[in-house]
Amino acid sequence: MNSIPPHLLWTVIAGLTLGSFALRFGFIGFMGGKPIPDWLMRHLRYTAVAIIPALVAPLVVWPAPTGGDPSLMHFAAGAVTLAAGYLTRNVLIGLGTGGLCLLLLYLAA
Amino acid sequence: MAITTTKSAFWKGFRDSAPFVFMASPFGFLFGVLAAEAGLIVPEAFAFSLAVFAGAAQFTALQLMQENAPLIIILLSALAVNLRMAMYSASLTPYLGDAPMWQRAIAAYFIVDQSYALSIVQFEQEPKMPLAQRMAYFFGTNGLIAPTWVTATALGALVGTRIPESWGVDFVLPLAFLAMIGPMLRTPAHVVACFVAVAAALPASALPYNLGLIVAGIAGMIAGAQAELWLERQKTKQEHGK
Repeated sequence: MNSIPPHLLWTVIAGLTLGSFALRFGFIGFMGGKPIPDWLMRHLRYTAVAIIPALVAPLVVWPAPTGGDPSLMHFAAGAVTLAAGYLTRNVLIGLGTGGLCLLLLYLAA
Repeated sequence: MAITTTKSAFWKGFRDSAPFVFMASPFGFLFGVLAAEAGLIVPEAFAFSLAVFAGAAQFTALQLMQENAPLIIILLSALAVNLRMAMYSASLTPYLGDAPMWQRAIAAYFIVDQSYALSIVQFEQEPKMPLAQRMAYFFGTNGLIAPTWVTATALGALVGTRIPESWGVDFVLPLAFLAMIGPMLRTPAHVVACFVAVAAALPASALPYNLGLIVAGIAGMIAGAQAELWLERQKTKQEHGK
């Protein structure tokens, strides 16, 4: 399986390297002591918690393993992962619990 | 324990970061495995982690490359996930902003969730810490995490090339994203941002070129910011009412 063309991969790596560095360096490198405006800070706080759910929602509702057909098994495993991650505040416990749940449902089905 | 020298500041950061190794190593390993499953060879996965050095953004780019999304959408989405790094950079500036340019440039590369979280707590607790010691502490927090992340990715990619496709690991990446969301839901405003993004993403996924992701992400971001403002206003009202 080699679906990602190498030129795309390396362009993505180069673009993300430069882009991430610019984001990290922007303020500490150039802004000196100037404060960052409140409205900007307020939006920056919610970008990751918006983009990642937006990315994952279609992947859970129309899962790839079934070819995109809604599947109760995958939805349940997804819900358990989110709940376990939220309750324990621990990414690995969330992933472990959800993965185990998917495996058990798969074996039971 | 008070810090007395630059060297001991580095080692304090190093020790404080130790618990995060248990997070960085399995996650770096998982990235390597999934990258291999997506067809990346070991040097490619290794270079990816070394150059970009940002877990969630790397997973995002990997998923979108597999969906054959256009280049610009891949870059915009992964960088949007990384926008919080700009916030970290801004928040560290009062503490590290007076260091020489070359130090700031190297430090910028090492701004990640763990080094930021540890450093900001340390700097706030010990406001009198000299600049050189602050910088040493910051670098110390990465002394263990950065090599762990990169090595774990390479190991994961090595193992991943041996995992048969029939094992069906193709739902592990969505589960990894879901597991990342849980701990992000710190305040009601974060929950609002998350649910608005999900509600927008499902119908918006009909848009071409994976544009739905950008639309839903912006909707969630604005919703979160507005929810924060609204919650603050409610709080002020309550305090005035008393």
